[in-house]
Amino acid sequence: MTIAVKCIELCKTYRQGDTDIKALDHLSIDVETGGFVCLSSPSGGGKTTLLNAIGGLDKPDSGEVWVSGQRIDQLGKAALADLRLREIGFVFQAYNLIPVLSARENVEFVMQVQGVSTDERRQKSQAILEEVGLKGLEDRRPAQMSGGQQQRVAVARAVVSRPALVLADEPTANLDSKTSDALMDLFSELNERHQTTFIIATHDRRVMAHVPRLIKMLDGRIVDDIAQTPV
Amino acid sequence: MGLIFRLAWRNLWRQPKRTWLTIGAMLFSNVLLIFMMSLQFGMYGLMIENTLKAFTGHMQVQAEGYVDDQKMRQVVPDVRALASTLREELNSENVAARARGFVLASSEERSYGIAVLGVEPAFEPVVSSVPGLVKQGRYLDSYDAAEIVVGAVLARNLKVGLGDEITLLCSGLDGSFAATVVNVVGIFDSGIAELDRSIAEIPLGHFQDVFYMEGAGHEIVINAPDVEQAPALEARVQGLLPAGKDLVVQDWNRLQPGLKQAIQADMSSSFFTYGILVVLVSFSVLNTQLMSVLERTREFGITMALGLKPQRLGWLVMLETCLMGSIGVVLGALLGALLTSYFSSNGLVLPGMEEMAAQFNLPVRMYPRITLLSLLAGPLVVFSFSLLAAIYPAVRLRWLQPVQAMRAA
Repeated sequence: MTIAVKCIELCKTYRQGDTDIKALDHLSIDVETGGFVCLSSPSGGGKTTLLNAIGGLDKPDSGEVWVSGQRIDQLGKAALADLRLREIGFVFQAYNLIPVLSARENVEFVMQVQGVSTDERRQKSQAILEEVGLKGLEDRRPAQMSGGQQQRVAVARAVVSRPALVLADEPTANLDSKTSDALMDLFSELNERHQTTFIIATHDRRVMAHVPRLIKMLDGRIVDDIAQTPV
Repeated sequence: MGLIFRLAWRNLWRQPKRTWLTIGAMLFSNVLLIFMMSLQFGMYGLMIENTLKAFTGHMQVQAEGYVDDQKMRQVVPDVRALASTLREELNSENVAARARGFVLASSEERSYGIAVLGVEPAFEPVVSSVPGLVKQGRYLDSYDAAEIVVGAVLARNLKVGLGDEITLLCSGLDGSFAATVVNVVGIFDSGIAELDRSIAEIPLGHFQDVFYMEGAGHEIVINAPDVEQAPALEARVQGLLPAGKDLVVQDWNRLQPGLKQAIQADMSSSFFTYGILVVLVSFSVLNTQLMSVLERTREFGITMALGLKPQRLGWLVMLETCLMGSIGVVLGALLGALLTSYFSSNGLVLPGMEEMAAQFNLPVRMYPRITLLSLLAGPLVVFSFSLLAAIYPAVRLRWLQPVQAMRAA
């Protein structure tokens, strides 16, 4: 079993007013390739900070972050951008689609930056949009879609170029329970079919029940790491 | 259509009012610059043509050094024959020989120092506007008659009219005393007081007799079809001059250095005003792009998180400005050309310009002259400065951190 993500003794402190807040406190974690992991904590528990550190969006104050066998906490901006482009897919809480692009164009965005040919892009984006149930809505812009539809586009964008790792931060926060379940089913399916590693930060119990590994965090530390049978 | 291009184009129209306002500023300045520069070029063209048409011509054949120090003895030998040869070789009537001297002109009551030109009556009207400005009497019609045409102010000063006699006293080519009495046959009125006060014309043959010129003169005036063709003609004329006689061709810049200086001075002050306009437009672009970048901070954070490098985002902002500028250039050039073309055909009278027009020998009605330079120079400068103004917002993106950017409202 290979390791997709490895964090060693990560520390990250934020200053809020006069107070220092430890978002990550000597946190270490391994996630194997093809893993389907959920990080849960109350708000401010450090899960988003951990996702940002793993995704190369933010640097820890100390410690090491390894993704796909490469240490990334010491990389420069350009190298990190490259890593995110090739290896990592992001799903954000607030969908974060590009408003001036259609659903299809949003999905093709990463592939276009990667330099994938038009035909291949078109074929892959069509396939993934059908897979996430958005056939017929390809030309709609984000403002013309519901929250659930936008989140599906965000998921399609995150997985379309087959990244090794997908990081999802509160992906169901703005979705109703039915759409949440559908989204988690989609994640599970993609995880099983493509061996994509998923790390999902959430405090949604339905999501937590959906994964085989649940890591509970509190004040920037791991307090429990549970192997469970997904519902 | 590339991703960055598509993003840039669509981003422009997210705030159409703001985009149009910025394009409007570019458009206004482009139209204004095209019109004003064309008007200036038209005015300069008229200034040059009208000034050169009076006496100077587009070029003159002279003895070397005559242009700097007009001495009687620096002559063009056998001037009529050389002028005739040039007419034949150039296959043009726009060639006239002249001699020039300074005399004391006396009437019965008064005396004034003036410049007197010996001219070929048959060819002078082709190269000079003065013969056409004769308002009383007639122009010279004989090659060697003792007659004179004077300016209206000089006639008034000397208190002479048609048929009156004027005595010209001077020293001849050999330094001896020379004198003649000539009849006033015509009075010209150019409207330029200096010209009308200090110049008189007599036939070249009579001039040569009086000043002991022995067939020599001081200049051969040559006109090209227009001032743009003058340099090519000048090179041709230079090749036609007889060797060993120290003759040179002087172009109008050398003959009328003040004219070019006046134009340059006017251009400098105008370009200062244009510069202010361009800077104001640049600030408008800077404001727009800075606002636009600040508004999209979160979106830029997302695209960076997805793997787009900051420099590509910088290019996006530059491309947006480039697109805005291009619309400004195209529409500005189009509207500017239309407006200028209208006034090029119909002319433009600016109130209060009469005095300036008289001073610079210009008609009151101005005709803008649209050229590639006047059409493109202004818009391209506005375009370039707009791009310069967008550099700061574009470079700012290099310091953007994806996490902080995505937290922006």
